[in-house]
Amino acid sequence: MSEAPILCVERLSRHFPVRNMFGWRIGAVRALDGVTFEVRPGETLGIVGESGCGKSTLGKTLVGILRPDGGRIVFEEKDITGQSASERGSVAPKLQYCYQDPGNSLDPRWTVRRSLSEPLIAYTALEPRDRNERIREMLQQVGLPATHLDLYPHELSGGQQRRIGLARILTLHPRLVVLDEPTSGLDVSVQAAVLKLLRKLQHVFSLTYLFISHDLSVVRMMCDRVAVMYLGRIVEIASTEALFAAAKHPYTQSLLSAVPAVGGRRVTDTFTLAGEPPDPAQLPSGCRFRTRCPRAAAVCAQTDPALRPIAPGQAAACLFA
Amino acid sequence: MQAPRDSLLEIENLRVSFATEHGVAKVLDGVNLAVRAGEVMGLVGESGCGKTTLANAILGILASNARREAGSIRFAGKDLLAMPPRQVESEVRGRRITFIPQDPFGSFNPLFPIRTQTMEVMKWKSPRRATQERRGIAGLFSRYPHARRRADAAAVLQMLRTVQISKPEEAFGKLPHEFSGGQRQRLMIALALLPQPQLVIADEPTTALDVTIQAQILKLLKRLARERGVSVLFTTHDLAIAYEICDRITVLYAGQEVETAPVDDFFRRPHHPYTVRLLESLPHPGRELREIGGEIPALIDPPAGCRFHPRCFRASEQCRLERPAVTALGGGHHVRCYHPITGASRP
Repeated sequence: MSEAPILCVERLSRHFPVRNMFGWRIGAVRALDGVTFEVRPGETLGIVGESGCGKSTLGKTLVGILRPDGGRIVFEEKDITGQSASERGSVAPKLQYCYQDPGNSLDPRWTVRRSLSEPLIAYTALEPRDRNERIREMLQQVGLPATHLDLYPHELSGGQQRRIGLARILTLHPRLVVLDEPTSGLDVSVQAAVLKLLRKLQHVFSLTYLFISHDLSVVRMMCDRVAVMYLGRIVEIASTEALFAAAKHPYTQSLLSAVPAVGGRRVTDTFTLAGEPPDPAQLPSGCRFRTRCPRAAAVCAQTDPALRPIAPGQAAACLFA
Repeated sequence: MQAPRDSLLEIENLRVSFATEHGVAKVLDGVNLAVRAGEVMGLVGESGCGKTTLANAILGILASNARREAGSIRFAGKDLLAMPPRQVESEVRGRRITFIPQDPFGSFNPLFPIRTQTMEVMKWKSPRRATQERRGIAGLFSRYPHARRRADAAAVLQMLRTVQISKPEEAFGKLPHEFSGGQRQRLMIALALLPQPQLVIADEPTTALDVTIQAQILKLLKRLARERGVSVLFTTHDLAIAYEICDRITVLYAGQEVETAPVDDFFRRPHHPYTVRLLESLPHPGRELREIGGEIPALIDPPAGCRFHPRCFRASEQCRLERPAVTALGGGHHVRCYHPITGASRP
């Protein structure tokens, strides 16, 4: 707990312009609007929220795919704000981004061996022999035999492609991996296998994960802490136990009450949250959840609540939390 | 499975295969399914198990390379497969059996306002449409009778209110892109209920939606089905969603149904090894994750007998040779397995 954080994010923002038919800027979608959090080495921090809340923008801004409009990103005590992946030099390989299906990002005309060698050629000065050794070791870690090295992606099953994609991300020994919806679109029986592999790799390579997902039951299994996002803000951040046992923000409470689970009371009997998220280009004044909030009062329209500590290790952005 | 007498839809021993360039894919292999009047039947299975093919077979819209090799689909006492396609088109599909698609984004024509698209459906499928109205080429030129048009428009507005679309008169003139995903799915539910069908087939209607919107849509669909006494065949890959909305559940694996039970019994006492493993692979706090070893078989050359046997921990020689018959376990619980997991053998 007392260890220095591996990643510090301060008031990070990223806006996308909205233009009218003449190309004039008439507004902005504030996909990230002052996001602050820390990630400790070795932990898995979950980022949850509904579509359009900015969770993917956050992941992409952290690894340098998008440039932030404001705020700071400090990775291993180096300020890397606003640097693209190529400007980051030796830091870039330590901070990796994993797309929803890493198998899809393999080049169909390259053998597995070539796909896995590429990052090593680009970022290390390893001799071909050492390179091969590293690739073989990596393949073994993701549970595939070395005979697969000379196959093309189309000769592998979807699950195997996914493993190769993961191996490719890990060949450079990253410290932090941003996993963007790693299980969406998977059947449950396959999902369990992917989650187990991710856990094993985290253990073997002492990885830190930023686990972006909309699936709360998966997040509950995988994460040490969870941050809940709503329209570009973190509205609550807490340890997984605290969040699922005693969520403080009304949005988190609604989100948790919407998750269907086998056994117990049915969500279709108990769920009460009405309405849909407002247009992110025209946010309501004050608290951005107040239009749907069951506890909203007049003061919520005037004050935009900041994230403040509620209990040890738990913070929420609500005036009434 | 032994279908009770009050079944609205009764599928028996349905076999459908597709001719592909790699060979013949045997997608449905002797499926039995019964949907009773007024119930929500969940059809649960992983991707590629044949859920959508079964739904399409009921609607009579299988692709041209599909071949029905055996079986019957009886709806309200009549075999749909024996009925002339023209008659299915005019009396059943879109009229007495309607459909809610998975993707509300791609299912509306982006160029026309909601008014045009709903009224077009009502012109042909309205419950007020007399059966003797002209059909075929002559029908294309026949006018939409004025009185019926007015009655239909009123019914559509009423239905938009029922599915909680705010300001229905305004919504009528809007284009599909002006609605959010949740609202579009509400419109789809409205379109499916407007012809006053007896059966609605909902094909994973909440997959594309966020979890809070999903909860709203499931709640709405459940309430409307109850109120109107409409049967729903609800396909999903998510067991938790099936728990939410279904009265009974049928599990499909690689084109074979393996277990059918009322919802509470299904989750309390699953008997088929596949069902048990599927339930164990759900993420659950305080329990280790457990995947099902192996992969879903290719349907071009599927395993003989019970198609689950290569991945099954209880498989014997018998399972490899012949598919087990339906065993009734009482209380409407049916399983197709030689070695069902009962109280004593439960792990």
